[in-house]
Amino acid sequence: MANKKMTIIASKGTLDMAYPPLILATTAVAMDLDVTIFFTFYGLQIIKKDNADKLKISPLGNPAMPMPMPIPALIATLPSMQAIATSMMKSMFKKHGVATVGSLLELAKESGVKMIACQMSMDVMGIQQSDIMEGVEFGGAATWMDAAAESQVNLFV
Amino acid sequence: MSAEIKVDKVLDTKGMSCPIPILKTKKAMDSLLKDQILRVETTDPGSQKDMPSWANRTGNEIVKVEQGAGVFTFYIKRTS
Repeated sequence: MANKKMTIIASKGTLDMAYPPLILATTAVAMDLDVTIFFTFYGLQIIKKDNADKLKISPLGNPAMPMPMPIPALIATLPSMQAIATSMMKSMFKKHGVATVGSLLELAKESGVKMIACQMSMDVMGIQQSDIMEGVEFGGAATWMDAAAESQVNLFV
Repeated sequence: MSAEIKVDKVLDTKGMSCPIPILKTKKAMDSLLKDQILRVETTDPGSQKDMPSWANRTGNEIVKVEQGAGVFTFYIKRTS
């Protein structure tokens, strides 16, 4: 029997939003699905060379972010807050035995997840093909649509 | 007691969070032969639901589950 298939569009480039596509992709492969991730707009940051573990969290505009004490919205705009939030979140992940974004990305690649970078987004943002990690293919909306039409699960993250 | 089940491979994922126990279980199971049994230990409470879902999707059989002191132990038989 042919494997079931899944596609994910990864459109966000913050640390928190890099996790869902990679967790779901690696899990799906472990459950015998063929997976394609289409990285577009800010999602490209995940697959830029040596960038996966440099992604940051922004407390700004995220009232749901857990903080040790309530942080007024205005304080969240201060430059250091992004670094503080990022290091706090990373230490929470580490404490709970959560894999890093970089290691999940490596696991996804090793396990045969097909990765496609959106060429149009790259052109707009001035990202070269040489800026993207090895093993990634380049394509557009039709490439994703072709895979999506064959898939049972399609997610936009 | 687990003594009655012949275990062919043991996997310790204690302290690891989703999805790593599942990824490691898949890898370990791939190294077994049909009818061999993998014992997986987890501390991730989510694995109580995740492990049966994984087994159901991949066609492997959970023959026994044990729980004690925050550790969940699954005995999974490779069925193909």
